[in-house]
Amino acid sequence: MNRTLRRRYLRDRVMVGLVGLGTAAVLVPLFFILYYVLVQGIGALDLAFFTRPPAPPGETGGGMLPAIAGSLVVDTLALLMAAVFGVAAGVLLAEYPDHPLNPPLRLVVDVMAGLPAILMGLVAFALVVRPMGHFSGLSGSVALALLMIPIVTRATEGVLKLVPWELTEAGLALGLPRWRVIVNLVLPAARGGILTGLMLSLARGAGEAAPLLFTAFGNPYLTANPLEPMDTLPLKLYVYAISPYPDWHRQAWGAALLLAAAIMAASYLARRAFRR
Amino acid sequence: MPDWIYRRLGDRLFAALVVFLALGVVAAALLVALVLYQGSALAFRTFGFFGFLTSQAWDAVRGQFGAWPPLAGTLITASAALLLAFFPALAAAIYVVEYAPRWLKEPVAYLIDLLAALPSVVYGLWGLFVLVPPVRDGLERPLFTWAAVHAPALVPLLGPPTGIGLLSATLVLALMIVPYASSLARDALALVPQSQREAMFALGATRWEVVRRVVIPYARAGIFSGVVLALARALGETMAVTMLIGNAVNLPYTVFGPAATMASLIANEFTEADTDLHLSALIAVGFVLLLLSLLTNLVAGWMLRRLARGEGRR
Repeated sequence: MNRTLRRRYLRDRVMVGLVGLGTAAVLVPLFFILYYVLVQGIGALDLAFFTRPPAPPGETGGGMLPAIAGSLVVDTLALLMAAVFGVAAGVLLAEYPDHPLNPPLRLVVDVMAGLPAILMGLVAFALVVRPMGHFSGLSGSVALALLMIPIVTRATEGVLKLVPWELTEAGLALGLPRWRVIVNLVLPAARGGILTGLMLSLARGAGEAAPLLFTAFGNPYLTANPLEPMDTLPLKLYVYAISPYPDWHRQAWGAALLLAAAIMAASYLARRAFRR
Repeated sequence: MPDWIYRRLGDRLFAALVVFLALGVVAAALLVALVLYQGSALAFRTFGFFGFLTSQAWDAVRGQFGAWPPLAGTLITASAALLLAFFPALAAAIYVVEYAPRWLKEPVAYLIDLLAALPSVVYGLWGLFVLVPPVRDGLERPLFTWAAVHAPALVPLLGPPTGIGLLSATLVLALMIVPYASSLARDALALVPQSQREAMFALGATRWEVVRRVVIPYARAGIFSGVVLALARALGETMAVTMLIGNAVNLPYTVFGPAATMASLIANEFTEADTDLHLSALIAVGFVLLLLSLLTNLVAGWMLRRLARGEGRR
């Protein structure tokens, strides 16, 4: 074997090692994160965590009931808004390809998908909080919906384009008007993909705290009224994590575990819905 | 129901509804720009647009606001995180597509995607309680002590080794953006036709030479768009950075010491802003962040088109 060849083999061998090292550099921290969230979080998830309001600062005990309920309300409202606007925009892009609104719509969706989440919070603050005069769960939902719409639109457009054109033709040949074809044939055929998009957008929105800091704001009392300030899990996690109280730190880990588990479940469901 | 209502009117109404809702999406995006612009008008009138952008003072008590410190913080953390994240992200993508045994491909890819799904606050929590202590005691303190004895000139550059600051925030940020760069790179690498690899192997190339000379050049547009996505993420990342960077808006920043980014500054001060000017200055920082994100997207789109064209020519 001459020297050049030996050097080439050596380099090949070294690069295998470097690629492996780089991959490990990504995976090892991930395992550390999952390990700590699981181990530290599981101890905090007792009955009180799910059923009690938070204890006053510095006292031990209490739970996250208002934050859990708030998360459910804020995220549901955001998902509803994102579904209505996002799916409609996706239908326009995929089913009315020549519509003059499409080029600006596509541009807007691409741009919005790349914007930092905290900007959506600023916008919801100016559009909802300022006119209302106070923080509210609803303003938080608006901020999250702005974040989620591009995800839903892209998913809807993509999956509607996968529906075979023959299906539309068959419907039209049977004498169905265009809208019945879309509502009763195309959308049901694309149901799985649209659900995937909705789940992914929910997984993204449910973990965000940044746009909620000055919209939903937080509220230690249980409320189901979205016109009042509301706590959500990511918000509470943030507040507890930067607090000086060990018991709040413990509960922050619990919130992290609950949040991570919920989001992983949503992503998993999204994957399964798409396979079907 | 007469037929024309069902057909003509139904079609019209449905199309009108869809267009109306889609218009809502377009209007929402325009509102984002408009609201941020209007909100920042007071700050820009007071300090001037470029004055605001270049002023180094951020002092709420004296009513002096300049965007340069948080802008610098954003640029430093985002670019440092990108530098740190790029090679591991590319390595992970190459590993999954080129090296991993078949049974390992899917799980590794899934785990990396999982990294993207974890919320920012969870990274912040983990960074605060798990990463900061060893970074402080194992990296910052020894380096600081060493510098104090052997290279006193470095000390003001390093800053206080408290663990909370630029270094910790950048480390966590790098970890957070890896999956964005990695998963797009992975998709691009997977699209390289097998025949390209086989042709290179037939010429006697080693596996690394195949990767380096054929696979990576072929997939460079996809790799590049992953990098841009990661950069866009890093520019706007808020919660984890806010929890770890220490939120001090005083220049000069040091390697270990506290700093601030545009997003962390907004998150940290917005609910505490008690003057109109302070609030407006924070929204103006948001406006600058918007411009920076748009610029990133624009440049990326332009370069991507160029790269894609270059591919067609070869």
